[in-house]
Amino acid sequence: MNPMEILAAHGPRFLHGMGMTLLITGLGAMIAGLFAPWLALWRAQGGIVAQSALRPYISMMRGTPLLAQLFLIYYGSGQFRPELQAIGLWWFFREPLNCAILTFALNSTAYQTEILRGGIMGVPRGEIEASRAIGMSRGTLLRRVVFPHAYRIAWPALGNEIILLMKASALASVVTVYDVMGVARQVYQKTFDFSALLWAAVIYLLITATFVTLWRQSERWLSPHVLAMEKRGRR
Amino acid sequence: MERLLAFGDAGWGDEILSGTLLTLQLAAVTLPVGMVLGFLSAFLSLSDSRLLRALGWGYSTAMRGMPELLTLFIVYYGGGLLLNAGLNRISAGASFEISPFLAGVVALGLVFGAYAGEVLRGAFQSLSPGQAEAGLAIGMTRRQIFWRIRLPQLWRFALPGLGNLWVNLLKDTSLVSVITLGELMRMSQVAVRTTKEPFFFFLVACAIYWVMCVLSEVILARMEMRANRGIIRARA
Repeated sequence: MNPMEILAAHGPRFLHGMGMTLLITGLGAMIAGLFAPWLALWRAQGGIVAQSALRPYISMMRGTPLLAQLFLIYYGSGQFRPELQAIGLWWFFREPLNCAILTFALNSTAYQTEILRGGIMGVPRGEIEASRAIGMSRGTLLRRVVFPHAYRIAWPALGNEIILLMKASALASVVTVYDVMGVARQVYQKTFDFSALLWAAVIYLLITATFVTLWRQSERWLSPHVLAMEKRGRR
Repeated sequence: MERLLAFGDAGWGDEILSGTLLTLQLAAVTLPVGMVLGFLSAFLSLSDSRLLRALGWGYSTAMRGMPELLTLFIVYYGGGLLLNAGLNRISAGASFEISPFLAGVVALGLVFGAYAGEVLRGAFQSLSPGQAEAGLAIGMTRRQIFWRIRLPQLWRFALPGLGNLWVNLLKDTSLVSVITLGELMRMSQVAVRTTKEPFFFFLVACAIYWVMCVLSEVILARMEMRANRGIIRARA
């Protein structure tokens, strides 16, 4: 067993796997990030109809294993091949990569919605009342007051969710996507060299550490008033 | 559809049921292992020694930064390697494989322990120091203060976090199907292979996990209410 030999022989493959992991995580998180704010707004302020549509979705996404969701979408869609072909969607579901990204996006949307709902509900009432009092329209209110503050509250939790999603993306390897985990399994099966798994661990830890550092930095950018205060010296 | 879930040779009802029971068993056996590791990790990260603190930080960071699936693989394959290396020292040529169940308990326990350590550390830190000081003032030993004052109150702060971890643990048991443990997910796959009804069986599996999670949440909400019963009354 020589970890360096494994790295020399399979390094490019691992690098490729890392790109794949970042791609599925990034796409999944971003697609979810596009939908989550509107669903969160719905969840925080919507009526009974909105609630009764959203709550079962969120509860199901959070109450079932991601692996089961992935199998349901990937293998389950195979059962409806003729129907999917008829409406011209089969090319999408045929690819395990697409199914994985779709599953992760659906799953992360549920989590991000709940996180952002917490953020929206954490915006002090007074801020909203003050904006109304100076005659802001609903759109301006959301854009200038509610969402900026809600995101600032939700930011750390959103970062955690993205890390969880990154870790969960290793499940894609089960449906033959060659992300870091998939490459590690492939190399291990070929060489029976345990260090393949350890290299995967190193890569995942590197990704997590880098992400945590970047996210902390972005948290400071999101709160320029705190930064400005720090620059002026402690008060 | 009823036919597919029938018990006996014709249907898959009994296989799915046995898989569900194994899922519950795996989660139930892992929970105490994870709790012990969680307390250990919390003690490490609250310790006065810098070395122990670093150890606790390393454990919790590694476990929380790595995919659960990878941890499982490392425990399953690495555990076997380690055991065999040890066994070969004692008697050459001996070979031993750790069972998927054991690997699942160890790997999921390690993951649970890392997150539980953070929850417990937070809970210890939110206990008001005045109470421990009061204990000291009336001459209690450190051990007595821990068992009689800090631990009982810890429960109240830690319960919501631990409840979430339990639900995550229930869901993470599905990963062990990848190393061929015949739990719910695996049994569903077996049924799919024969019947070619993936959508139905994976939907059934999802429904069963969902019921388990929702039930857990209901029970946990009751437990939280019970844990906070003194507090709610005081605030009302």
